[in-house]
Formats: sequence, C-alpha cells, structure tokens
Amino acid sequence: MKLLVCISKTPDTTSKISFVNNGTQYNEEGISFIMNPYDEWYALVKAIEIKEKNGGTVTVINVGDASNDIVIRKALAIGADDAIRVDGKPTSAEYVAKQIAHIAKQQAYDIIFTGKETIDYNGSEVGPMVAELLDYDYFAFASDLSIDGSKKTVSREIEGGVEITTSTNPIVVSAAKGLAEQRIPNMQGIMMSKRKPLEIVNPIAVAEKVSVKIHTLPEAKKGVKLVDSNDMDELVRLLHEEAKAL
Amino acid sequence: MSVLIVIEAVEGKLNKGAFEICTYGYKTSKVLGTTCEALIIGDAHNATEVGKYGVANALQIGNISFDSKVFTQIIAKTANDLGADTIIFRHNSTAKNVAGRLAIRMDAGLVSGVKSIPQANGNTLLVDKSVYSGKAIATYEINSPVKVLTVMGNTIQPEIVGEAAIVTLSSTPIPASTTQVIERKTITGIVPLPEAEMVVSAGRGMKGPENWAIIEELASEIGATTACSRPVADAHWRPHHEHVGQTGVAIRPNLYFAIGISGAIQHLAGVNSSKTIVVINKDPEAPFFKAADYGVVGDLFEIVPKLTEAIRRFKQH
Ligand SMILES: Cc1cc2nc3c(=O)[nH]c(=O)nc-3n(C[C@H](O)[C@H](O)[C@H](O)COP(=O)(O)OP(=O)(O)OC[C@H]3O[C@@H](n4cnc5c(N)ncnc54)[C@H](O)[C@@H]3O)c2cc1C
Ligand SMILES: Nc1ncnc2c1ncn2[C@@H]1O[C@H](COP(=O)(O)O)[C@@H](O)[C@H]1O
Repeated sequence: MKLLVCISKTPDTTSKISFVNNGTQYNEEGISFIMNPYDEWYALVKAIEIKEKNGGTVTVINVGDASNDIVIRKALAIGADDAIRVDGKPTSAEYVAKQIAHIAKQQAYDIIFTGKETIDYNGSEVGPMVAELLDYDYFAFASDLSIDGSKKTVSREIEGGVEITTSTNPIVVSAAKGLAEQRIPNMQGIMMSKRKPLEIVNPIAVAEKVSVKIHTLPEAKKGVKLVDSNDMDELVRLLHEEAKAL
Repeated sequence: MSVLIVIEAVEGKLNKGAFEICTYGYKTSKVLGTTCEALIIGDAHNATEVGKYGVANALQIGNISFDSKVFTQIIAKTANDLGADTIIFRHNSTAKNVAGRLAIRMDAGLVSGVKSIPQANGNTLLVDKSVYSGKAIATYEINSPVKVLTVMGNTIQPEIVGEAAIVTLSSTPIPASTTQVIERKTITGIVPLPEAEMVVSAGRGMKGPENWAIIEELASEIGATTACSRPVADAHWRPHHEHVGQTGVAIRPNLYFAIGISGAIQHLAGVNSSKTIVVINKDPEAPFFKAADYGVVGDLFEIVPKLTEAIRRFKQH
C-alpha cells in the first residue's frame, strides 16, 4: 500500500497569542510549535500500523517553509519512510490542497491521511479538497479503519454516533481520536530520521479566494459571579432571569 | 444569484439546527439583496416549515445514503440549476465531508465554522470565525464569485418571518455511489452533544464512575446532554463520545455546567464558546472560574443534588 500522510505545524494550544501587521498576521515570536496533534497521534500512527501489517510505504507531506523541517523529522522519527516538503506559504486550505493533490496525482496513493482539523484554524477543509481534486472517496473524522485487500472499512464520527462505510476506491480520510494510539519516537527512530529522504519541491501557483483581513480578540468575560453554595435557588434565579439560560 | 442552504432531515424531521440555518440563509439573502432557497436532504414531515424562517423555495430529495461525492454532485447541480452563488451548510458532519469538495467542484471560496452573518463589501463577503481555541476571531474575506460557508451551531436563533413554503421534489438525478454504508450506530433519545442546547459536564472531581447518578439527575431535570473531561473518558468512567475539549467534541451550548473540572486550556478549547458557563468546584483557584459566568465554590457532592432540587422547585412554579 502506498500511504501519504499530510502533516501541518501548529502553535501549542497553551501558547499566548497575539497578532502583528495590523492584526493580519500571527505573532510567531516566542511560540513553541508542534505537529498538529491529530496528524501526529492518529493519522501518522495509523498509516505506520497499516504499513507494518500490510507492507508498503509511508510518505509524509507538508506545505511550508524550512522552519517546518523539525516537525517533518519528528514524523520520520516516529516511523514514516520519506518526506516531501512543498516550499510554499500555506495561506489557505485551497492552496495547501492543490499542492498536495498536484504531487499525489503522479503517485497513485491508496490512502491519503489528514488530521480531522488543524488546532489553530479548525478548517477541516484540506482533506475533502484533496479528495475532490483527485476524485477519491472521502471520510471525515475517521475513528476506525480496517483493510481487506482493496476494501477499506471506515467508521466515521457523525452527530451522536458513527457510520460505517466501505469503499474499494482509493480514499482520503481525516483522522480523529480512536483511529490509533500516540507513539513516542525512540532513540533509534530519531537517529534513523536524520538519514531518511526529505525532498523539497517548488509550489504551483494558486489564485487565492479567501484571506484573513484582521484578527481581533474576543470580548473578555465580565468576570465570574459567585453564588453561595447554600443558595441554589439564587443560582436558578440568575440563570433564568439574568442569563435567560433556563 | 441567490443563497442556497443545504439542510438535512434527522429521524424524519427538520430540527432546530436546520431552522437556524434557514434564518442564517434568510438574513444573508437580505444582506445580498436576493432570495434564500433550500435543498432539503432526506424525508422530513415538517419540511414546509422552512418557509416560516424565510426560505422562498424549497427542493427536497428523499433519503439517500451518505456518500461525499454523491452529495457534492447533487448540491453542485442544484446550485447551478438555481443560479445560486452562496451555499450555506451547518458546520456538522455532512458539511465536514462535503463543503471542501463542493468548493473545489464549484471553484468557490470556502470559510468553515463561521459565527457571524456575512457583510457584503462590493462583490466580496466578510465573515467572522473563532480561531486559536477561541482565543481570537478572524475576519475572512471571500472574493470569488461562488462562496461556500459552514455555520457554527447556535450562531443565531431561528426567527419566524413568513408562511409555510411549498416544497418541490428535486428532479436532480442521484448519481451512482462507489461507497456502501453498512451500519449506522447512533444514540437515540438524547440530543447529540454538538447539537445540545444544555450540557452538564463532569470531571475527575467526581472520584469514580459510580457517582454519576447526581450528574444524570441534574441533566435529566433540565433536558441536558451529559459530557465529561478527557481523563474521565480515558479512564473509561464515561463513554468516549462524551469527551469534550480540544481532542474530543467541540460544543457551544447555551448553558454549560462544569462540575469538578479544573478548566485546563485543552478542555476550555472545546467549550469556551458556550453562551453561559456555570462552574462548580471546591477549589476557588480552579482556572475554570476565570472562564465562567457563574460559579459555586464547594463540594459538588453536596451542591449538585441541592441544585437539582432548586430546579425542580423552580419548575413547579
Ligand atoms: C494535547 C492535550 C490535549 C488534551 N485534550 C483534552 C480535551 O479534549 N478535553 C479535556 O477535558 N482535557 C484534555 N486534556 C487534558 C487537560 O489538560 C486536563 O488534564 C484535563 O482536562 C483535566 O481533567 P479534570 O478537570 O476532569 O481533572 P483535574 O484537573 O484533576 O480536575 C479535577 C477538579 O475537580 C475539583 N474537585 C475535586 N473534588 C471535588 C469536589 N468534591 N467538589 C468539587 N470539586 C472538586 C478539583 O478542585 C479540580 O479542579 C488534554 C491534554 C493535552 C496535553
Ligand atoms: N500546510 C500543510 N501541509 C500539509 N498538510 C496540511 C497543511 N495544513 C493542513 N494540512 C492537513 O490538513 C488537515 C486539516 O487541516 P485544516 O483543513 O486546515 O483544518 C491537517 O490535519 C493536516 O493533515
């Protein structure tokens, strides 16, 4: 099986955030970046598990500049065989998807993995776009995937449950909790990752349709109103009359 | 040029989530000076009600089994036939499977998870969405002729503005599917978390799974759905689908009770868009109080039953 895993770099959730250039740009100063958790814990590990069981290769792909190489090397240390970095600026999901599809078109991957969303902009957009560009079947928020010959059986999260679907086509899946268990890279993996191939390719041109005009900070909460633990009638009254929530 | 909303029947009817999208679509059509049309997927006995929320024309297709390609093709064909250039979904599992595909197929700009009514600016649209775990709001501009939006739940309340609509059966042929749905397992009888208006959530402060009766009683008293923090799901005290937060389900109910949950940033990431947050915690320094609207400091095992009692009294009046 030829497997491709799309990995992105995101700021750690605990990062303080601020913006520069009149609110258009995220201030990267002093921020620690990580591999997007869904890409690392579920998408990548699932691809490695499939390779271990069914044979094949796991390639990781990232769209971004050379500062992303550290995240790519981590994916190689966890167990991917090789990596491709498209040396562009990931300005929109469409830009990223078109770079990935452009490369994947020449490679006939059986399964392409993404994370369910990036934890910064929460788009859930790249995966279905890649699927449409390649005419693959697509399953968002997969929590289970099994393979039997060319038949793939995917459980995907839906409101209040899961739906289980099969496909014999090549597929794109976005990975959610349950798909695999996080793996920590070991010393041997880290040593080997330094010798694994990382190919750097130039981006194709994409005309942007969406752009972020400005970032603003949400209105601060007014501050908590504390209610005496012996007076739950008062809490109910506040929730009813003031918050109009009950 | 018109607005097309795509909504689905759940268990044979359109629910409040669908009507929110009707109102959102109607308001968007007013901003754009056009009309709002609906494509209803699945059989819904109350389909004509979309008219009350401002939908001018509704097309319906019967129950079809889910396939992201099939849905995309049907929606694209419907939009093209109607000349619709702004296509709106609720940000639900269907949208997450289909909106990205549709944007590519229609060469449209997509913004997913928006939380404001669009503003028109010449031929472009401006919409807001919450980013960086709710720590910032990004205002997006879409400049392509065709636009696709997916809208967060609870962005807007359904508003009645008109009369029932006439619903026409869609004549769009249903393309053959290359995938096969073999099973659908959903919880019944309770509102799924992403759709819930009220959520009662509990954490490690509960000490063990045997203590959850007080949480369930409170939830059933107000018709809320139950949720939990991640360690609680990881320890199998509660089912995995109840786990909310960054790695679990993201929710934005009107009312969120956080009981015995410390309020770690990864937990807040999935719940801090809730309209009203009530925190019950014995530690006055628990970080959750900073994100709360109302707080009660004390032992949850005493407070929760008293709260349930107080609600019961309130409902009797
Ligand atoms: C990458 C990453 C992703 C994560 N994703 C998530 C996520 O999606 N969702 C999530 O929830 N967590 C997530 N976490 C874990 C998160 O950081 C916290 O560890 C977790 O939310 C803590 O759960 P808790 O509040 O239930 O437990 P604790 O932090 O142990 O808090 C228990 C609370 O109960 C209170 N308490 C105890 N006894 C009582 C009593 N008798 N009465 C009243 N109050 C009492 C205590 O004061 C305390 O505040 C993630 C962590 C990481 C690193
Ligand atoms: N710059 C990128 N390079 C490679 N893959 C990406 C990039 N951005 C996003 N992805 C993939 O697309 C998934 C969903 O991203 P998004 O649509 O932005 O929420 C991520 O989990 C990644 O798997």
